[in-house]
Amino acid sequence: MTLREMIDRLLGRQQASATTAKHRLQLVLAHDRSDLNPDLMEQMRREILEVVNRYVELDLEGGDVSLETEERATALVANLPIRRVRDDVLPQVPAVQ
Amino acid sequence: MTGSSTRTILICSGKGGVGKTTLTANLGIALASQGVRTAVLDADFGLRNLDLLLGLENRIVYTAQEVLAGNCRLEQAMVKHKLQPNLALLPAGNPRMLEWLKPEDMQKIVGLIQPHFDVVLIDAPAGIEDGFKNAAAAADEAIVVTTPEVSAVRDADRVIGLLNTRGVEPIQLVLNRVRPKMMQSQEMLGVTDVTDILALPLLGLVFEDEQVIVSTNRGEPLTLNGSSSPAAIAYRNVAKRLQGEEVPLPDPTKQRRGLRAKMRQLMQTKLF
Ligand SMILES: Nc1ncnc2c1ncn2[C@@H]1O[C@H](COP(=O)(O)OP(=O)(O)OP(=O)(O)O)[C@@H](O)[C@H]1O
Ligand SMILES: [Mg+2]
Repeated sequence: MTLREMIDRLLGRQQASATTAKHRLQLVLAHDRSDLNPDLMEQMRREILEVVNRYVELDLEGGDVSLETEERATALVANLPIRRVRDDVLPQVPAVQ
Repeated sequence: MTGSSTRTILICSGKGGVGKTTLTANLGIALASQGVRTAVLDADFGLRNLDLLLGLENRIVYTAQEVLAGNCRLEQAMVKHKLQPNLALLPAGNPRMLEWLKPEDMQKIVGLIQPHFDVVLIDAPAGIEDGFKNAAAAADEAIVVTTPEVSAVRDADRVIGLLNTRGVEPIQLVLNRVRPKMMQSQEMLGVTDVTDILALPLLGLVFEDEQVIVSTNRGEPLTLNGSSSPAAIAYRNVAKRLQGEEVPLPDPTKQRRGLRAKMRQLMQTKLF
């Protein structure tokens, strides 16, 4: 954070446009680079939540699955607040022949 | 991609109008005046302009098209610069070439040029379609030109992705049309913002400079006449760095003295 960004934040001012530009670029490039269109992204998000939700009770409102990018590497970042662990899940024991 | 010792460098950007052709012309002349035998190849067949920027438009007899068709020899088509004989241009042919030109054709042309030159600069068209892919097919390395604007940086990123998958390497960055004052007040993406996002080494930093337009009007690249305008110096330094010389890059945030500049600089201090 630069001094200007700090002052802008303290005064509740709109941040410098270069900062906005940088953040917008980072977001849009994460998507460009992953080549996932928004529909696929949404579908993947739903399925991830579904799977995780089988094991733990999630706070679905606060959950967030997004792509982040840094140094040309893109990561899928999931932030899923857990309400409680489900006690009714049974470990799936692989069937022995 | 090619086995020869000639360096074949693609000049590309994705977004149009960011300064590819201007860089090709100025870098070509700068390299040539530093003793490097340089060929510049206009691969923008749709909208050719490199001849105009070099002031060679009236001396074109044959083009890449006749060379490919076998209607003339390469030497007949290459236009040598009168004031800088180390530089020669291979003009783009008719826009209809776009309909049939293949990556192999570009490789063939470049293969013909290489034995006679130390460096071949290929001025790519904007976009990431066939025209760009043809131009890229013949290149070993690339210079990506961008400006500190969101759309140009985004498009540059697309191009870098394509070059990566094609094994073009190294890829270096030239940041063009930098406005120091706007960077100081953080109303323009900073140099490290752009290099961080694109993760490329910076080969050059060219300021916004009216002299670029003046020199374009005349058909005399800035690097031709010993101009000391900021862009001329920047282009000459790109040529030097390309040859391995270490030349420090200017810092746009330290361009102006005085209280206001100091204040702007203070505002950019990284707190954490
Ligand atoms: N550093 C600069 N300062 C001022 N003007 C510039 C600078 N660099 C380029 N320009 C101007 O920007 C315009 C576009 O430049 P140029 O034709 O080199 O871009 P290009 O990337 O080759 O465009 P295209 O994609 O159409 O081939 C020209 O009018 C040129 O004079
Ligand atoms: Mg051009």
